[in-house]
This record gives sequence, C-alpha cells and structure tokens, in this order.
Amino acid sequence: MGMTLAEKILSRHAGKDVEPGEIVLAKIDATVSHDSNRPLALESFQQLGGKKLFDSDRVVMLLDHHYPAMAETNAAVHQKIREFCKEQGCVFYQGEGICHSVMPEEGHVLPGDLVVGTDSHTCTSGALGAFAAGIGSTDMAVTLITGKLWFMVPETIRMNVTGELPPGVFAKDVILHIIATITAEGATYQAVEFAGPVIDEMSMDGRFTLCNMAVEMGAKTGMVAPDKTTLDWVKGRAKRDFTPEVPDPDANYAQVMEFDASNLSPYVATPHQVDNGVPIEDVVGTPINQANIVSCTGSRMEDLRIAASILKGRKIGEGVRLFVVPASKEILKTALTEGLIEILLDAGASIGSPNCMGCSAGGHFGVPSDGDVVITTANRNFKGRLGNPNAFIYLASPATVAASAIEGKIAEPRPYFSS
Amino acid sequence: MILEGVAHVFGDHINTDYIISGKYKARLTDLDEMAKHIMEDIRPDFYKQISPGDFIVGGLNFGMGSSREAAAWVIKKAGISAVLAKTFARIFFRNAINVGVPLLRADTSGIQEGDRLRVDLDAGHVENLTRGGVVTTHPLPPFIQKILNAGGMENYFKTHGGFDM
Repeated sequence: MGMTLAEKILSRHAGKDVEPGEIVLAKIDATVSHDSNRPLALESFQQLGGKKLFDSDRVVMLLDHHYPAMAETNAAVHQKIREFCKEQGCVFYQGEGICHSVMPEEGHVLPGDLVVGTDSHTCTSGALGAFAAGIGSTDMAVTLITGKLWFMVPETIRMNVTGELPPGVFAKDVILHIIATITAEGATYQAVEFAGPVIDEMSMDGRFTLCNMAVEMGAKTGMVAPDKTTLDWVKGRAKRDFTPEVPDPDANYAQVMEFDASNLSPYVATPHQVDNGVPIEDVVGTPINQANIVSCTGSRMEDLRIAASILKGRKIGEGVRLFVVPASKEILKTALTEGLIEILLDAGASIGSPNCMGCSAGGHFGVPSDGDVVITTANRNFKGRLGNPNAFIYLASPATVAASAIEGKIAEPRPYFSS
Repeated sequence: MILEGVAHVFGDHINTDYIISGKYKARLTDLDEMAKHIMEDIRPDFYKQISPGDFIVGGLNFGMGSSREAAAWVIKKAGISAVLAKTFARIFFRNAINVGVPLLRADTSGIQEGDRLRVDLDAGHVENLTRGGVVTTHPLPPFIQKILNAGGMENYFKTHGGFDM
C-alpha cells in the first residue's frame, strides 16, 4: 500500500513504516518558538531539567509577537530569551519578522522535514512539503532535550482544487471557502494534502497562505507536495541537505475532496468563527472602521502586491483606518524596492514593523474600539482577537480588504481586476 | 480516582483565545495571575464562579486555535479538576495531558449549567448527580494515559528519563 506525504515523512523520521492511528517517536529536523506563549519554551526546558539543547543549529527562537516590547513585561521576556540563546548558542532573531515567514525564508525548514513550533500556525511551512505542526511549551521542552517527539500518525485528507482561479479571487478565498465547507473541526487530528491544477499553478506565497490556515479546520498540518515551484524557492535558502518526499499514487486517503475554483466568489469569514465563511455577495456593503493587511497568512509579498495594485492612486475611505504590517523584513525590503510602501502610505495606510502586530499581538497595535468592524487578511476572527471583545472581525483576501478600505464598507474586489 | 464538582457548561468550538485572551499573554507572565482572566471575553467573572474541583463542560472541538499551553495551565490554576467535551482540538489535547488536566471525551449534551457531577476517572464514568444518568467516556490510548497517570509530562519524563514507548 502506498503512503501519503505525511506518512512518508513520519516513516522516515520514525525509522519504520508507520500507519495512521499508530503512536510513534520521531526525530525532529528543526524547532521554532517565540516570545508570546506561557510558559516560555525555555522555561519548560528548564523545568524538565534540560541543560543542553539537542542541537543548537536546529533550534530557532525569535521575538515576533510582542517585539518591539510594549511594556516592561515583554522587555523582561525578551531579555530572558536573548540570554538563553546566547548561553545555548541557538539561532536567534529579533525584528526579522513572523516566525512562519522567517523559518522558510532563512532555510530552517525544508521539503521533507519534520518540524515543530510553539505556535499553531507552524503548519504554514507545510507549503514546502514539510510536516510542520504546532505544539505546546512542554512538548517543545521534551523536543529541545531529546530531539524527538511522539506523534499519533494522522490520516490524510486529500483536497484537490480544480479549475482556474477567476480574476480577483486568490488563495485566501480558496482556503476560507474550504474551511467553511469542512468546518472548524472537519480535519481534526488529520493531515491535509492540497493538490490539483490550482495548487500546481499557485506561487509559494499562495501555498503558505493556504497551509497556514489548515489548523483552522483542526488539522495537524496542511501540506503541498514539493514541485519545481518549491525547489526553485528553496534554492539559495537551504543551508543543509534535505530529502523531498511526494505522496505515492496509490496512497490511502481518509477522504478525497474536490473543490472547483472556476466559479468561486471572493470569500469572507464573518464574526466570530473562521468557518463562518460566505461568498462576498452575502456581506457586501457592511460598513467597516478598520482594514488590516497583516499576519503570517495575509501579509506576504504577493499580498502586498495585490493590495497595492488596488490602492495605487486611490485613497482609503473617510473614517477608515488601514494598517499594513509586512510579515517579514525581507518582504518589507522588497516592498520598498518595488515602491509598494509609498503607494500604501499615499493611499492613507499606517505601516507597522514586520511582526505579529495587528493579528494576535494582544493589545499591541491597532486595537479596535467598541462596536468597530474590522476586515483583515489575518487567520482568526475570534471575539477579542484584536484585544477588544466588543469588536467584529471579518477575514478576507488582501484584494477584498484593499477594496473595502477604499469604499469604507465590505467591497467587491473583482471590478478592480476587470480592465 | 473520583472527582466531584459542579459543571460549568460552554458551547461548541471554545477556542484557546477565549480560555485565555492574547492580551493577557502580553501583559502577564504569572500563570496564577492569568488564571483570574479565564474565559473573560465570553464569560466575565467566570474565575469567581469556580469552586475547587469543578468541571468545565464543552461541546465539539474544545480548545481549538492557538497552541498556547497557558490555556491548559489557567484551567488547572483556576481549580478545575477535569474538562469534559464531545471532542477536543489536538494541540490543546496534548497540552492538557502534559500539564496534568484530565480530559474526558463523552456525550456532554445532557449536562446543564450547575449540574453536580461525579467522575470516576478509572472506570471512565460520568454520573450526573443532579439529573441522574451515567455517560461513558472514550478511553485514552495507553501511552497517553500513562502520561496523565504520572500527573503530566514533567513527572513522566523525569521518572522515565525520556519516552517509554
């Protein structure tokens, strides 16, 4: 019997052929943890009696959620992480961007890898054909000490996205539609393989957007089998050897789902659940107060290009706030070179330094006031997600967010692409 | 082990942002302090309503969303003895086991706010002392049960000096 991509990667890392449902101990290629979750990974490491990291070159710690520090609390946490990294000699970043951008950009996660991170959106790196999963601090501590972690081998759902994306419809619309279809728990404990013609044609940025949100349907990870697009992107970034895997043609899937993108409308997730997605026609005209182009799923290079293409030569609506936070310094630098930041500033945007601001930073940046309606390219619209439980958050593509910022209400992006 | 307490009933899809809001991850580092804000965005003052030993009862997909282990910790620190739900999200599931919060998968639809429950962890039974009736819980895989029996991953890890698969 053939294997899915998840089964192949877990088999290689467990040193034996695995089957869904089995609990195995597997070798970890890289770990990432940040400054937000309590206890900190390093605190759990110390609590478990950890003295030395399993491999300091494969351990990444970075400051992204509360960097630059907003208060003494964060500053103290940052100092603690800096000191730990210095003492252990592990990889450390501050101000480089969100961990899920930095990990692939800097070549810490590669095709065929098994990677864990203390952040639920660690699954983003599945876009490279890695098995990447979010875990908590104690699981991370165990990994930091032993270089291994236990996994229940997941079943895999194959999602084939067929047809062709219409103008004005993007990866974010695809994933919001998929999550609305399968629900927030539809893929719990399972791995998801995204495939089909739309995925084959999709850029790495689009694939990152897609895989990032696999956790919003409960999945352990979301993945795209590596192809030329993947290997071209990885070239020049990889600093170590890697072994790409692809699923076998006769792999056994728990479910195979087909999604035809050809007639897909832009999708919008309405408050307060990510699986409350509807075609834009259902919510068009809803007045907004704030528009955010932010996060590891919604502020990549392609997202900024899409937003700037709409905002070029236009102004955001009166009474609307537009916050743009590039997902990494690499993206910000490219956006500067391409003149996109100037376009966004001229349109009326405020620009944040590359990090988790405006998504989950918890009262750090762009906190809405009571009753505010926010439309954002982020991945979660839970009540209170932006620091105020009395605000209403809608999730959409960068095109829909940009069009909405201009019109002051949830707006159709498609007319902006119909020249 | 037998646990007895009052049920605090929440609906489906309770996410970890609701269990402990991101703003307190930014402002606080002490887990006991964070526990005072448990479920604050959806049930203000919930912390004050908890008596030690009480249960949180959820529906589908309890603990979805963020990987924050603090969500499991604040449940423990607030004095909750176990969480019952129809299903659990996977990262929360691992975190709760790791910090030693028993999770019971069972049909929770008959349990109402304020019901008094008696939970037999070994037999896997939940008895509703207010309304009568017993529901059976899904047993955990033996490996995971061992971690829970040790009181969490820290004790398990120190006892076994690593994993004992």
